[in-house]
Amino acid sequence: MFISMNWISDFVDLSGIDKLELISKFSLSTAEVENEIFFKGSDIDGIVAARILSVEEHPESKKLHLLKVDIGEGEPVDVVCGAPNVRVGMLTAFAKLGAKIGDITITPRALAGYTSNGMCCSEKEIGISDANDGIMDLTDDIPVGTDLKTVYEIEDIVFEVDNKSLTNRPDLWGHYGIAREIAALANRPLKPLDKADLSVYENLEKVDLKIEDPLCQRYSCLKFGNISVHRSPVNMRIRLFYCGMRSLNFLADLTNYLMLEMGQPMHAFDSRKVEKIRIKRFDKPFNFTTLDGVERAIDENTLMICNGDIPVAIAGIMGGLDSEIVADTSTLTLESATFDAASIRKSTVRLSHRTDASMRYEKSLDPEMTVAAVARFVKLLTDIDSSAEVVSALTDEVAFRYPEVSLSFSKAFVDRYTGIAIDNDTIVKTLTSLGFGVDLKGDDFTVSVPSWRATKDVTIKADIIEEITRIYGYDNFDVHTAEAPLYPVRAAQEKTDEDRIKDTLVKRFSLHETHSYIWAYYDEYKALGIDIEPNVELINATNPNIKTLRRTIVPTQLCQIKTNTAYAADFGIFEIGHVIEGTKADGLCDEKKKLAITLYSKTKDIEALYFELRDILAVLADDIKHQPLTFAKTDAALSWQHPKNLNKIFVGGRELGTMGIANANVAKKIDKKANIVWAEIDVAEFAKIENASIRYAEPSKFPEIEIDLSFLSETYAPIAKAIEEANCALIKKVSVVDTYADDSGKSITVRLLFSHPERTLTKEEVLAIVNGILDRLAKDNIKLKYEFTL
Amino acid sequence: MADKTFEVRESFAKALAEVSALTDLDKLRVEYLGKKGLVTDLMKDMKSLSIEEKKTFGQAVNVLKDEITEAIAAKQEELKQREIELENSRMPEFDITMPADLARGSYHPITLVQRQCEEIFKSMGFTVEDYSEVVTDYECFESLNIPKNHPARDMQDTYYLDNGQLLKTQTSAAQNAIYKKYKDQLVNEGKAIKAIFPGRCFRNEATDACHENTFFQMEGVMVDRNISISNLIFFMKTMLSEVFRKDIKVRLRPGFFPFVEPGFELDISCLICGGEGCPSCKHSGWLELCPCGMIHPEVLSAGGIDPEEYIGFAFGLGLTRLAMMKYGVKDIRDLNSGSLKCLDQFTDDK
Repeated sequence: MFISMNWISDFVDLSGIDKLELISKFSLSTAEVENEIFFKGSDIDGIVAARILSVEEHPESKKLHLLKVDIGEGEPVDVVCGAPNVRVGMLTAFAKLGAKIGDITITPRALAGYTSNGMCCSEKEIGISDANDGIMDLTDDIPVGTDLKTVYEIEDIVFEVDNKSLTNRPDLWGHYGIAREIAALANRPLKPLDKADLSVYENLEKVDLKIEDPLCQRYSCLKFGNISVHRSPVNMRIRLFYCGMRSLNFLADLTNYLMLEMGQPMHAFDSRKVEKIRIKRFDKPFNFTTLDGVERAIDENTLMICNGDIPVAIAGIMGGLDSEIVADTSTLTLESATFDAASIRKSTVRLSHRTDASMRYEKSLDPEMTVAAVARFVKLLTDIDSSAEVVSALTDEVAFRYPEVSLSFSKAFVDRYTGIAIDNDTIVKTLTSLGFGVDLKGDDFTVSVPSWRATKDVTIKADIIEEITRIYGYDNFDVHTAEAPLYPVRAAQEKTDEDRIKDTLVKRFSLHETHSYIWAYYDEYKALGIDIEPNVELINATNPNIKTLRRTIVPTQLCQIKTNTAYAADFGIFEIGHVIEGTKADGLCDEKKKLAITLYSKTKDIEALYFELRDILAVLADDIKHQPLTFAKTDAALSWQHPKNLNKIFVGGRELGTMGIANANVAKKIDKKANIVWAEIDVAEFAKIENASIRYAEPSKFPEIEIDLSFLSETYAPIAKAIEEANCALIKKVSVVDTYADDSGKSITVRLLFSHPERTLTKEEVLAIVNGILDRLAKDNIKLKYEFTL
Repeated sequence: MADKTFEVRESFAKALAEVSALTDLDKLRVEYLGKKGLVTDLMKDMKSLSIEEKKTFGQAVNVLKDEITEAIAAKQEELKQREIELENSRMPEFDITMPADLARGSYHPITLVQRQCEEIFKSMGFTVEDYSEVVTDYECFESLNIPKNHPARDMQDTYYLDNGQLLKTQTSAAQNAIYKKYKDQLVNEGKAIKAIFPGRCFRNEATDACHENTFFQMEGVMVDRNISISNLIFFMKTMLSEVFRKDIKVRLRPGFFPFVEPGFELDISCLICGGEGCPSCKHSGWLELCPCGMIHPEVLSAGGIDPEEYIGFAFGLGLTRLAMMKYGVKDIRDLNSGSLKCLDQFTDDK
């Protein structure tokens, strides 16, 4: 919304005040002002009123005329002019020699053989409207030679307030509301609005009016006749133009002017078309043509202004074409009303039609303003058009009133909330300047909220704090830390584990952390042959490519692997992110936090890569929890999972997740020559694993005995089991030192380390333990490849 | 006989001078001092001498023997030294100018800025809270004083789900749960609620270089008996100065958010121009950075906290925006692209 400082100055005396500083103060205390400030008319100089004394055809041009113009400086000057509306006796805007219009300085200029000593100007040329179809036709009685800047408000400072920052301030949608803030900030009084006394029309007949729907809060109207002025005064047109509105005709301009001044939208009907005003909704949808000529679909939720049963306007949004004021309108009915804000907002969205009026109504306008706006309208109308008459009594139906808001608080409350000491006088003065009624007894305040702030904006004590502090200025605050007793803060286990997982993966295994989206991307999944698992869906995504939420991170990682195949021959990525595993019994999403790791390699064989990933997982469990991992084979259920080597991952009895290989179908589409393995574990489950405590074992001072045993076995599991079952405290370490496969089968060489804390071991006791292990394995039909020696 | 010792001495000196390897030296030692060595032979010759001669000659041979033993030991030391020097000299000079192999992983930039923020707040006694990404309407709106039909809902284009839930549009969605989690400690033990909650948020909008439908925020709240606007400004300024590691100027402007009252927009002096005005700050000298305010009494009530007794501040910080500002990322989409060409640049940054 554009704000004119000239307009503000109608209500606050700003003499001697730095206006730019004031605007910046407004931005810090009230609402955000856009950076660019417009210095209207500052690039215009030397434009005077001038009378055209004679008009001759240019001998060589059909368009140009040769004029003699009285510019109030003795002899008339010769001017060449191309405007179509030149006429003898016309008073126009004239740029004298030496005058400035923007970057141009007016100098004598030859036009088709004749010299022009100055220029007759259009309104657009001097920047006061967008009318450029002829030179300005001055109808006011201005002496020739008068600088137009001295009679018209060509010079102005205009700033733009960000509409978004006004959503909670219905009172700031007009200049008078802004002026109230400016007055408070400048510490100057706010002048009252000059209004007509409507009580003098009490005896006239009322308008036939009935609110038939509670969505209309208040409807005030008045009829006028005998309007003789059709064009708005220049200053009014300049203000409208500077504030971003086009001048149409006097009555339309005046309703717009009132809206920009008081924030109250108004509408003028041709009285012949609205004899019985009824405000209501219709049972059935229908089409309605608004005054912009557009036919709009109206449904049963949209509030309409009607003449009896015939709709004439969409309430709060736009008038109808049929009831618009036309050339022969002699009597008009002025509407000044308020409607339910949410209803207007919804209708606006349904109709996809936002207007200056609806924008204001959406903010919950003050119903107390409707009559004041009518009184102001009458004052401005009759000041400008002396023949205009009011032909009805004020007709004012009130269906809804906001309750009066009164708030009580103490000085201590203000001190506690602000953390600084603002004295009572300042509080009283600030609130009073903003229109609040203040009653102070000792340190206790009782504040009555003005109607224009009481529609939703100021309802609680904390709202009053804002009023006091924003005018006080946040820059003026003494800033200090809070006082609160100290307690240790222990980080949640999950958070700690998460950080350590990330550190280990990045620093020890050189993996890269990535983020991916919480939904499946149809295109990318399809390209890789990944089926989308049914899951909870988005119902209103603007992007048609996303709909279904992910149940696992791995497919989104496979898509990321695809985009990175040119990055390096070998790399790995990981993400700690959320997935949705359908819904729970209560219907809410079953959301889980997962760690997913995917490794890609063009140089390593699949087994090596698979074990690299297995070892990464084992290190995480060992490093963070000091616990070993175990695995259990499972069957592939998803399109991107390889049927072989799919393993569930456990710690203790707790299932953490799964690891496996990318299905060849998917892997080939990512890269024909690369191997891809993946794992996904539940971070919350991981966090629940008990951290096995570190127990120190003093190294034995006696010699250790090391024995290598090569077993003929396809898997290690039975060997590990047999060693474990030996349950021998003397076995200090078990490691696999070699595996070998040939025609006779696979062999696994295990190294056992024996030691006794207090004495030297005997061959016999070690042999007994080894034989025990061998006997156990013999039952599984696992034999030694070579005899062992001790 | 004395000539004989002289001869042996002469020949030894000659032979020793020619020795250049430890093995040759050992041979020489055997040749002279061995059982059948030349010096030993001299001793054997003594048999034929008189007692007087034996005494003189014996002394001479012993002197010779000592001389040779010493000479060999000295030579041995010299040769060993030479061999070490030789071995050292065999070491080639390496090309230290070859580029270093920096094989390493990388953190997501959000992790880095999030950790920095967490560290700052942890050092001030704040807990770090985690929260889900799918939330209810109550969590995201109702409990935050944003009832149905509130215009504030228009400001946030929400992704709704077919089970009636939604993807959280703001980290504030965790506020209610956090108040409920800590309210008993607050009331019974007098422990202030001090919590930050970083998290991923979603807005249903088209993406471009400046807009993402998926981004990170960090919310913070502090609730106690006497928390003030003055405290809020202090914490904001302290945090931001720590994050950017320089003294940051902040200013507050009124801002409307239904869950705070009063609500503020917090600006910081432009990091690029320091407040002089530049294209980054649209020549204003200020950057709008984080919304904040005093927690709305309705929001405290919804969390089970009596707003007459307790008061608090809340702030929201755009972690994604912060990461972009800090590292100079121009296209927000790089962050979720998974492109390692973008992401592998983010090494540990504490």
